[in-house]
Amino acid sequence: MIETPNQSWNLREWLAFASVWGAAVLVTVTFCWLLGDIIWHGLSHISWTFLTAPPENAGRRGGIGPILVSTGLILGVCLAVSLPLGVGTAVLLAEFTSDTNLFGRLTRRSLDVLAGVPSIVFGLFGNAFFCKTLGLGFSILSGGLTLACMVLPILIRSTEEGFRAVPDNYRLSAAALGLSRTATLVHLLLPAAVPGLLVGLVLGVGRAIAETAALIFTSGYVDRMPESLLDSGRALSIHIFDLSMNVSGGDANAYASALVLVIMLLIINGTASWLATHSLHRKIVTV
Amino acid sequence: MTPLEPITVSHLHHPAGDRFGRCERQPFVEVDQLSLHYRGKPAFQDVTLSINKGCITALVGPSGCGKTSFLTCLNRLTDLIAGCRVSGRITIETLDVLAPGLDVIQLRRRIGMIFQKPNPFPLSIRKNLEFPLREHGVRDRRQIAQTIEATLRDVGLWEEVKDRLDSPALALSGGQQQRLCIARSLALAPEVLLMDEPCSALDPLSSGVVEDLIVSLRGRYTILIVTHNLAQARRIADDAAFFWVQNGVGRLIEAGIAKQIFEEPHDPLTAAYVSGMRG
Amino acid sequence: MTSSNSNTSSRWATDHLLSWFLWGTAMMAGTIALLIMVFLVLEALPALQHIGLVRFFTDSSWHPAEGLYNLAPMLWGTLFAMAGSVLIATPLGILSAIFCHYYAPPALAGPYRRLIELLAGIPSVVYGFWGLVVLVPLIGEVHPPGPSLLAGILILTIMILPTIALMADASLAHVPQHYLRGAAALGLPRWAMIRRVVFPAAKSGLFTGVILETGRAIGETMAILMVCGNVVQTPSSLFDPVRTLTANIALEMAYALGDHRAALFVSGLVLMAMIVALIVSAEWISRGRIYD
Repeated sequence: MIETPNQSWNLREWLAFASVWGAAVLVTVTFCWLLGDIIWHGLSHISWTFLTAPPENAGRRGGIGPILVSTGLILGVCLAVSLPLGVGTAVLLAEFTSDTNLFGRLTRRSLDVLAGVPSIVFGLFGNAFFCKTLGLGFSILSGGLTLACMVLPILIRSTEEGFRAVPDNYRLSAAALGLSRTATLVHLLLPAAVPGLLVGLVLGVGRAIAETAALIFTSGYVDRMPESLLDSGRALSIHIFDLSMNVSGGDANAYASALVLVIMLLIINGTASWLATHSLHRKIVTV
Repeated sequence: MTPLEPITVSHLHHPAGDRFGRCERQPFVEVDQLSLHYRGKPAFQDVTLSINKGCITALVGPSGCGKTSFLTCLNRLTDLIAGCRVSGRITIETLDVLAPGLDVIQLRRRIGMIFQKPNPFPLSIRKNLEFPLREHGVRDRRQIAQTIEATLRDVGLWEEVKDRLDSPALALSGGQQQRLCIARSLALAPEVLLMDEPCSALDPLSSGVVEDLIVSLRGRYTILIVTHNLAQARRIADDAAFFWVQNGVGRLIEAGIAKQIFEEPHDPLTAAYVSGMRG
Repeated sequence: MTSSNSNTSSRWATDHLLSWFLWGTAMMAGTIALLIMVFLVLEALPALQHIGLVRFFTDSSWHPAEGLYNLAPMLWGTLFAMAGSVLIATPLGILSAIFCHYYAPPALAGPYRRLIELLAGIPSVVYGFWGLVVLVPLIGEVHPPGPSLLAGILILTIMILPTIALMADASLAHVPQHYLRGAAALGLPRWAMIRRVVFPAAKSGLFTGVILETGRAIGETMAILMVCGNVVQTPSSLFDPVRTLTANIALEMAYALGDHRAALFVSGLVLMAMIVALIVSAEWISRGRIYD
């Protein structure tokens, strides 16, 4: 057997081995600590009553019923606006403009910038534009519209990827059969691009539901049951923030709310990765 | 443009005696001084060719001489390619194919195209035939069902798939897929069929079946077929056109009756190619 | 035939309608970024006119009630928190990705990757909450008061770690397999192979990951607001409480009026400027690297 001539090799290899495993263990431990802590303190407070009852005494007692409703409504507004906008833009970018088209390039660049805008800046913009200029005030509508602007880049990017994954020969043979662009889109491209669209949708929902900073001064703090989209409504993430920062003795309910939020996100992310692998599988079968 | 006949079953259903129709050497498609430039660079230039009605015209020549590009000019698929410019003149009967305001959708209904790789849509066998028909305005369910059966019989697929019309088309074998694609084109009752090496992606057995199918379509459709298989071209073609690359640009060297092109070509290049010396 | 013709024209109309709809949506989506910039500038304009850009960096302190608008301490807060977290998260994240690809037994690599993906999905307010109830008291025991730059850096590190780890993971996956086989055939040991072959091949992806995590660190609001103590001062040690630009907006926007409100929009503009500078420098550097 040949001895390794270079002693420093051995030392370096050993150090690398130790730090790689060290990093992995550190990350795992931190994660388990965080999640364990939230489950440990939150689980005992979660019950059907907690999920449905209104908050009492500034949230120290009672549940999160109206808050879940507000969160759902904000999300609904966000999707109702961002879905048609996002899919339309993605179709235009992927199917109706070439890569060198000036408008397409400008739009893409603008969306890249939008993806990098910090959420607090979205909050500032939402406050100035939706609440003040459009006169919607602190409302679920303002919050949802602000979130719609925020999730648009994610939605567009993955929908566009869905369209680009559709093989070109479908387009060619559809054109050779004299099918209109609308028919080609509706019957062939859209069904084939659905997996990408769904992944984008789920990721967008995940981002929207986790968002806090953009909502503080657009959808507001009011924790009553909202009566219309023009009412202020408190999102779950803002509830957690408020309980932990501004309400002394609110930790128990904050833990429970955090656990509810984390569970929702785990479900959403699980769905996204299931969809991604599922659609990948479908692609292999098709080819 | 010439008004179109509505798609009817009678259009497809031919008496058995007509199955092996004959080519009548009556010009149907006239191509005059056709050139195609891609991003300023010529792909082929100055092609003048007359294609006879009901005949099988084989386009032969080495790779890269512009045969496939030539086919895509005829149904204006070139419109889909950015940076592609076509000049010259193509007329089908009285229709000016390259006219700017032409309804390309109707044009492509009159001119079917079969690609090298079978490309059925990721739908069921039935839907593959039904959905283009519906898009072209055929709504009557009975008529659709009849057309589907008639075209599948035409391509010899009916007996093989009649019990599983709703299973995915992509589950068929390569040869079956290609015949389905031909059926999909025939369902729209085209007058011209463009075939871009329709057999080259198939195994020899399926290739033979598809070849027999093409021969059976003679007389009813005007067929242009690009092929690299000279033996096949000899077997099936009535007319032939020989393309060659000169200075990086595709050119039509010689065209005429297939027998003459293959057995006593006028041009020495053609002679060398068909005897297997060059290309 | 009339039926055939009317059919055609209605189809053309549908195509036209669709195309107008698509252009409309894309137009709207494309102008949002512009709209954001326009509104930031419009709202910030009064402050820029009354106070002037220079005073945002030369005033004696941040006391909007008394007309003092110095943003510098908060700018430092943002920069320190960003630098600290990027310095820790980058090596940890890259090592994590290397673990997944080259060190972990196959049975461990998959779950570990899923774990990182889960970390990426946890909302910032939950990180902040955990930092507030667990991390801050721990730091408080070592060195009071507890809410501090250090707490901010640690929480930010945990938050941006998944970004760099996932980007690094993706770019390592794109390193061509034959490079690795070639290196293995030369008898290079694992780390030498990673250092000599994998890093150079994956560097542009790793670089993009660093840019993305830096952007996240600059823009993060809630988590850092919850653990940093929010005292307006330029920190002199890791244990000093600080306030970042983002936290400042979130804290004061609710009651700010007039010039004060406009001043908060100025800090929003400063944040945007930092993000744009980051994107531009990233492109500038990567353009240089493509040709080397």
